[in-house]
Amino acid sequence: MADVLGLYNYWVVIVLMMTGFYIVVARDNLIKKVIGLSIFQTSVFLLFITVGKVDGGTAPILAEGFEIYSNPLPGVLILTAIVVGVATTAVALGLVVRINEEYGTIEEGEIHVQDVEA
Amino acid sequence: MKRQSIPRVAAKLLIPYILLYALYVQWHGDYGPGGGFQAGVIFAAGVILHAIVFDLRASQRALSPRIVQLLIPLGLLLYIGVGVVTMLKGGTFLNYSVLQHDPVHGQHLGILLVELGVGTTVAGVMISIFYAFGETVRS
Amino acid sequence: MATAVRIARLRGLFSAAIVAGIYSLLGACWMSVLDQPDVAFTEASVGAGISTVLILVTLSLTTSEEKEPEHTPLLPLIVILITGAALVYGTIDMPRLGDPDAQVHRHVAPRYIDESPHEVAVPNLVTAVLASYRGYDTLGETAVIFTAGIGVLILLGGARRRRWVADEDDE
Repeated sequence: MADVLGLYNYWVVIVLMMTGFYIVVARDNLIKKVIGLSIFQTSVFLLFITVGKVDGGTAPILAEGFEIYSNPLPGVLILTAIVVGVATTAVALGLVVRINEEYGTIEEGEIHVQDVEA
Repeated sequence: MKRQSIPRVAAKLLIPYILLYALYVQWHGDYGPGGGFQAGVIFAAGVILHAIVFDLRASQRALSPRIVQLLIPLGLLLYIGVGVVTMLKGGTFLNYSVLQHDPVHGQHLGILLVELGVGTTVAGVMISIFYAFGETVRS
Repeated sequence: MATAVRIARLRGLFSAAIVAGIYSLLGACWMSVLDQPDVAFTEASVGAGISTVLILVTLSLTTSEEKEPEHTPLLPLIVILITGAALVYGTIDMPRLGDPDAQVHRHVAPRYIDESPHEVAVPNLVTAVLASYRGYDTLGETAVIFTAGIGVLILLGGARRRRWVADEDDE
């Protein structure tokens, strides 16, 4: 039972991931979808970071008096991923702005209707 | 926000420290948390704060969009340049050990330059993105 | 978790953007508790700062309210419940939080931690790995950021030109 409870971090991440996923799939508004995608992304970052933690460890910066360090590798991967994530979110938002200019709306259903009519 | 003096005063106090902190984080990435990516976004956050509180035009007068757009490829070129220099000096691409007389110093120099390249490109991209969005709002 | 669910239910998009910023900030707090301060303050300034600003700017350029959903979200709910259950099932075999014997701490990480004082002599291990051991990957990531920036500039940079075109069309 103690082993299962130790997995709570994965479950929290899964809940966050599913929430983000739900927003992307179930909501029609494009900006809401982008926000959902961003939530999904952050939950994945959290997944990686929780994997890197070591009991009794400290931040992976070598210092006097500390023996056990948490794993630096997940941090490295996520660091770049965060900045790349905001850059791609910016591209997505740019697309939303242009879509709004062309179609006059950012609700997916209405855009689809206009595409079908055209 | 011309009539609201509290954000203006607070921003005037904070922005220099934010930019300074960004530079601190950039150069001290070796010894504490930090490095290029963090420094780039913190610097961009400072500039964005300035653009929000004071007008976008004031920010663009202070930091021209052309210069910022120029910074984007410069950072990447610096990074690649370091790699090319290491190849010219006889090592493999991005093997910093050959940059100096002593491998450890070579690593330090390589890391410093590479992080500078990363920080420049990241700051340039973030600020340019904000300028592009901001100009769309204006038009 | 509460913030994420709140966002799904909020109709007002400005509020959703702010709550998303709070979500990022809480995530950053959790990350710093998990011994990754670099990542924590990057996530804080990017997620709670820049990302929120960009969403708000986009909102000012488009609508500010979300329309009523037309169909009941039953199918998406079923999909996420099944996916979530499958993922939870997958985590049963994973190592528990903080386990020092986990696979992920075995192969490369101890080498980086042990060897980097001799090879790189930089106290911040994350920077040492990012810029030196995995410097090639970081180059690629920087190129991706560069490309994304160019993408946004292409999409939105022609603001003035589009205004002229729109004026010509009106005449």
